[in-house]
Amino acid sequence: MIQCKTSKEISGMGHSMKRKEDVRFLHGKGHYIDDLKLPGMLYMDIARSPYAYAKIKNIDISEAMKVPGVVAVVTGKDLEKYNLHWMPTLMSDTQMVLPTDTVMYQAQEVAAVIATSRYAARDGREAVKVEYEVMKPVIDPFKAMHADAPVLRTDKPGKKDNHIWHWEVGDKAKTEKVFKDAEVVVKQDMYIPRIHVSSIETCGCVADYDKVNNHLTMYMTTQAPHAIRTVIALVAGHVGLSEEKIRVVSPDIGGGFGGKVPVYPGYVIAIAVSFLTGKPVKWIEDRSENLQADSFARDYHITAELAGTRAGKIQATRFKVLADHGYTDASANPSKFHTGLFSIATGSYDYDTAYMEADAVYTNKPPGGVAYRCSFRVTEAVHAIERITDRFAFEIGMDPARLRMKNFIKKEDFPWKSPTGWIYDSGDYHAGLKKAMEAIGYDALRKEQIEKRKKGELMGIGISTFTEIVGAGPSKDFDILGIKMFDSAEIRVHPTGKAIARFGTKSQGQGHETTYAQIIAEELGIPAANIQIEEGDTDTAPYGLGTYASRSTPTAGAAAAVAARKLRDKARKIAAYLLEVSEDDLVWETGKFYVKGAPEKSKTIQEIVFAAYTNHPQGMQAGFEATHYYDPPNLTFPSGAYICVVDIDKETGAIHVRRFVAIDDCGHIINPMIVQGQVHGGLTQGIAPAMYEELIYDEDGNILNGTLMDYLVPTAVESPKWETGHVVTPSPHHPIGAKGVGESPTVGSPPAIVNAIVDALSPYGIKHMDIPVTPFKVWKALKEKGVV
Amino acid sequence: MNKVITVTVNGVQQVLEVEPRTLLVHMIREILNLTGTHIGCDTSSCGACTILLDGKSVKSCTILAVQANGKSITTIEGISTEGELNPIQEGFKENHGLHCGFCTPGMIMRITELLKDNPDPTEEEIRWGISGNLCRCTGYNNIVKAVLYASAKMRGVPTASTEPEFV
Repeated sequence: MIQCKTSKEISGMGHSMKRKEDVRFLHGKGHYIDDLKLPGMLYMDIARSPYAYAKIKNIDISEAMKVPGVVAVVTGKDLEKYNLHWMPTLMSDTQMVLPTDTVMYQAQEVAAVIATSRYAARDGREAVKVEYEVMKPVIDPFKAMHADAPVLRTDKPGKKDNHIWHWEVGDKAKTEKVFKDAEVVVKQDMYIPRIHVSSIETCGCVADYDKVNNHLTMYMTTQAPHAIRTVIALVAGHVGLSEEKIRVVSPDIGGGFGGKVPVYPGYVIAIAVSFLTGKPVKWIEDRSENLQADSFARDYHITAELAGTRAGKIQATRFKVLADHGYTDASANPSKFHTGLFSIATGSYDYDTAYMEADAVYTNKPPGGVAYRCSFRVTEAVHAIERITDRFAFEIGMDPARLRMKNFIKKEDFPWKSPTGWIYDSGDYHAGLKKAMEAIGYDALRKEQIEKRKKGELMGIGISTFTEIVGAGPSKDFDILGIKMFDSAEIRVHPTGKAIARFGTKSQGQGHETTYAQIIAEELGIPAANIQIEEGDTDTAPYGLGTYASRSTPTAGAAAAVAARKLRDKARKIAAYLLEVSEDDLVWETGKFYVKGAPEKSKTIQEIVFAAYTNHPQGMQAGFEATHYYDPPNLTFPSGAYICVVDIDKETGAIHVRRFVAIDDCGHIINPMIVQGQVHGGLTQGIAPAMYEELIYDEDGNILNGTLMDYLVPTAVESPKWETGHVVTPSPHHPIGAKGVGESPTVGSPPAIVNAIVDALSPYGIKHMDIPVTPFKVWKALKEKGVV
Repeated sequence: MNKVITVTVNGVQQVLEVEPRTLLVHMIREILNLTGTHIGCDTSSCGACTILLDGKSVKSCTILAVQANGKSITTIEGISTEGELNPIQEGFKENHGLHCGFCTPGMIMRITELLKDNPDPTEEEIRWGISGNLCRCTGYNNIVKAVLYASAKMRGVPTASTEPEFV
């Protein structure tokens, strides 16, 4: 049971307060991007390439221009006149806005049609005629690395191969030595396929340029409005857009999960067209465009190795990665971290030796490398370590739970330094796994499994005990395009004791309007119901780097607590003045200061705030406001212990997830209801890639499942009834001891599911399955082993 | 050639002129400005655009506006008075059945018909019953709870605790 320091009326930390944002959504009164309609607004649609790699010989727009309602057709050549045909990616690579001569992936933007209605724009799009000279694309990333592979990025002078970057960390020589001398070495190739966030709302914008005032308002589906404003100023400064004349508004967002971090060409074209026409321009992509052209996630080919003793002591681990980035590196990582935070891959285990290396490569696929509820490559790392740990347990014949218990970092060893350089802040992995094992009845399940195996039935139990790394990040190491990854909060308390607080982050469903209010309520004793939260308008909110990678609570949540504490310091001064005592004689109790030894002499926070406007001490600034920009001293390291039970039908390969228990540790919990909701959602985005989702390309670069008809987002039927719980090890460096949680379940659950499936199949010598593990893959594997 | 149609929208009769190819969802969103009905896909897969047509839940992206001629349309804006929540809406709020809110109106419209046809559904029946509506945020656990809550409330039996089992 979570202990709360405040009453339900105040609803500070730990209360399952019902969400403040719900009412508007329940009435259909949310304001999403496509709901916006401005006078004179034009509509944009985009013609896209049917080929993965082709020269553009000619674009004929004459028929399109004849379509009633069509106002303009924009091509790369038009943008070239303004030097807007290329743009930088977040990783300082370059990406086409519209091509002038070559298309690099199927569904790439080729021409934009602007019209007076949505339907006319689509008609115009169908009438654009493009003549292509088709070339043989490079789809396989391993082939792309061959010395004789065609060089794709011919726009880069002197580029002689398709290699993008090399990265490594750890002690290579020491790791090699441990592996050479080890009693047991296991090695496994695994592929973490290309997937797509597929938030139910797609991406879109309304670009509204006002020629008279030289002012741009950009309404768009962005998780990071402030950073976008700066990017627009940097990219379009040369055409006269200046940052004080740019306002980015991120309205209600229908799910983000990382897919709404990047700047897509459609946004830039809409701005350019609005700039040229002086009219608002709306661009809303449809689902197929969203799946086929917007940034993908994952696409890591990993070789994982583990060295250990026969008795089950792990000694060293080694990972080699090939990252397929498509035609440009458009990942959304902090600048210094090309492969994100993959180096968390030693996981929850007490390693002192590790070595990891990664290479990235260009192919003729859409660009990306963004989040799917985890952007910084932690999912890939956790999959690798949790799978190879199970392979090792299988190899030495030890129970995977026992093996983990034996090798966990101990509670008393935190803060703990990993062999790749991270300082884990806190954790109690033994407690988490113990709780999960008790909740699911682990020992009884193992007994049941023995009985089932005697009868030839396939039942598997899989464990994943992961360590996450979220809350980017300390300014020493973390920036995006040079902007440090702090975040911010600004609190204004009005004379009657009610408040508004604004943040540099942007909720996409996480419930910030409730949880941020609860943090401030905890610190100031003002009821959370009386604290209005605003985000997403760069004209009013303080600067911040936005919401992704589970960073909002670790950064902006911390900023809220620190800003509130500044206000409490001011409140103490005012209370001392009002009660005519020294500040040292005052005691804070949620919502009021009272005089030590005389609790009847007190002032409530509401009385104090009123005095700040009506009767403040001479020499003190009037008003009751505070701002804080929080630069985290470290990342936070949430963790989890997940156990999955599956039953597999031998004849069909059908996999039934019978139970799934998730025990999460995200430090102090602000709102258990919301945290649990985040875990449910994250787990579902874990089973999705584990069993259903993958963007599949053929050798010509055609996407084979680019619609929701065949890209399998789980429905309520595929989603198990999740069982959830928590342990709490507060983050020692975070003002309220909290850690991020949103991406933990997506990161931690796929290996639990795969470990369970492989466990079920292990009596037949099956040691690994690549995700998504489908019934067909299982059936094929069983057939190969002669079981079916 | 545009067509003139007569539809009853949330209880009010309207005469509208539409292009024959206009999708019903576009008529609702762009002509009637009822933006609570959302669009999440182009293949009738996601259900975000679900409304009631003569009381039956349909995906309004898969029907032409002209096909609604003479019929009655109910959208999310028409199921309760602003400022009050009906039992389904209340179930969603009490049980944290929504995160981003984008799929929510479609879900609620589907559930409205589901509970009319089957006032006391099992969990399994609820899961199958909403399987034409995708939600990317919640993982469905709490949507199922919301439906069970609404079902109990509408039948006048005590609703289960809405405190999360997160221990």
